Amino acid sequence: MTEAVLDAVDVVKRLGRGAGEVQALKGVSLSLNGGELVLLMGPSGSGKTTLLSVMGCLMTPTRGVIRVHGRSIAGAGPEDLAKLRRDHIGFIFQSYHLFPTLTAEENVRLALDVRGQRSRRARIAARESLAMVGLSHKTKAFPVELSGGEQQRVAIARAIVGNASAILADEPTGALDTQNGQAVMTLLAQIAKDQSRGVLVVTHDPRILSFANRIVHIEDGRIVREEPGERGKEQRVLRS
Amino acid sequence: MLKFRLASRNLFHDRLRFVATIVGIVFSIVLVTVQMGLYVGFGRMVTTMIDHTPADLWVVPLGTKCFEDPSLLDDRQRFRALAVDGVAEAAPLVIGFAQWRLPGGGTTPVFIVGSELRGLGLRPWDLVAGRIDDLSIPGAVAIDQSYFDRLGTGGMGASAEIRDQKVQVTAVTKGIRSFTTTPFAFTGLDRARSYTGISPDKASYFLVRTSPGADVGDVRQRLRANLSDVEVLTAAEFRNRSRSFWLFGTGAGAALFAGALLGIIVGTVIVAQTLYSSTKDHLDEFATLRAIGSSGAYIYTVIIWQALLSAVIGFCGAAAIGAIVVKATAESALPIVMTPGLTVGLFLLTVAMCVASAIAAIMQVMRIDPALVFTR
Repeated sequence: MTEAVLDAVDVVKRLGRGAGEVQALKGVSLSLNGGELVLLMGPSGSGKTTLLSVMGCLMTPTRGVIRVHGRSIAGAGPEDLAKLRRDHIGFIFQSYHLFPTLTAEENVRLALDVRGQRSRRARIAARESLAMVGLSHKTKAFPVELSGGEQQRVAIARAIVGNASAILADEPTGALDTQNGQAVMTLLAQIAKDQSRGVLVVTHDPRILSFANRIVHIEDGRIVREEPGERGKEQRVLRS
Repeated sequence: MLKFRLASRNLFHDRLRFVATIVGIVFSIVLVTVQMGLYVGFGRMVTTMIDHTPADLWVVPLGTKCFEDPSLLDDRQRFRALAVDGVAEAAPLVIGFAQWRLPGGGTTPVFIVGSELRGLGLRPWDLVAGRIDDLSIPGAVAIDQSYFDRLGTGGMGASAEIRDQKVQVTAVTKGIRSFTTTPFAFTGLDRARSYTGISPDKASYFLVRTSPGADVGDVRQRLRANLSDVEVLTAAEFRNRSRSFWLFGTGAGAALFAGALLGIIVGTVIVAQTLYSSTKDHLDEFATLRAIGSSGAYIYTVIIWQALLSAVIGFCGAAAIGAIVVKATAESALPIVMTPGLTVGLFLLTVAMCVASAIAAIMQVMRIDPALVFTR
């Protein structure tokens, strides 16, 4: 059994205030282990994105525990959380969130720049990361010059360049056609082969089920079901 | 440096807003430059006569506020001053307003400056025609060429009347202008008394030159002890007193400072507004930066870089326009003066103004929620 890179234990999260307050998570427990790709599925408003935000240290839970590599984030302030994110977590967003005024290479290098890595080695690492996602020929291209699939691959390169142990992706194929969606998921599955890295994907997309080790279903702020994905079944067969 | 690149591209990305920011800074700094340049120019102009008088000490009537003060001293004080140990020379200086009769009828005021033509005194400088010695001719005066039209004279050799006495222009200066716009007319001591109606035993000031080796401070103390109803000032003290009177006693300096302050406020508001709206437009990007783990300081640095870039570009534009304004007013009655110190000060002010303007944008970013990235 590989180590859990992220752990959510009995997490409750309330959003809003007063009459507008909603309980988005109602005692959720979920682990993301190294070497696995977990799909988090559920209808709109079920709490998927809130769980991703809490596990990604973008927000703190109202109650419950979040652990990053076994260490609780309880009591961490905004700057501590930012440090945890830059050291351990990589994000991939549905709408890519690339910087339109920076080239593909600069967008990737930004993830290293915020860590204070500004040497020539950072430039090389950014290029290597882009090469891993098949974009070594587009390093100088601006986001507007790239297709949706290419932009998402730049976002993946940005998420992995710093060797983050947890990659959290929010609807990474949501804005892509089937071909590009498959390409992106292939990349993420590739990343999840590394036993030190886990990938958690929030999705609605049934076309990507085959890439999962585990599929977790969330509804109304609670995890209602968990099942092994195709990849998980294959691995189990191989192991047996 | 990626932070700088991000800042510069954010800044230049929206060209219209960038131009608005730069115009705001340029407008503001040019306004401050003009006000402060006028302040420096005015400060210099009100002391120009003191600056060109080679006296170690000035004996002035008690309570004198400025060089143009009409109070008078009695000549007996001069003899007492001459008797003080360490005083080598005590020369009278007469100043005052008089009426210059125009050739076509009517009069215009002139400011008479009269002193001995040899030895210690205040004589015209920057002569472009005639010599100092030419002022020894009866009725001779020196005037500045910029006032020919005002005085209705054709220049060298032209005749006119002051206080019903015939005068002749025997020397012409260039650039001796008065901030009051009243032309200066230099002449000998006796003629000056005659033109201003000051009796022969009176003078406006006594200029003192100390003996070689004498300590100016000691001589001053002795003069103070021996003379009554007078003040004994160094040139620097008299200069400061004149400057303080005209700049602050009259409110002129306060008005100039108020104009400069207005410029600073306008500039700060414009830059703050544009930086704020630029930050708001790039809020998604700042939220992304925060989400991928950047520290608050990293984001503030990006915004500060934007402010500094705006400051440098805006200052360059303002300096170019300022240089044109300085050149255009160089020959005017009240030139706008730029000094290296003032230039450096204005640059630092521009930087401070732009950085202060970034505060609103930084405060907005401080409140940013990194989870925003999932909702956009």
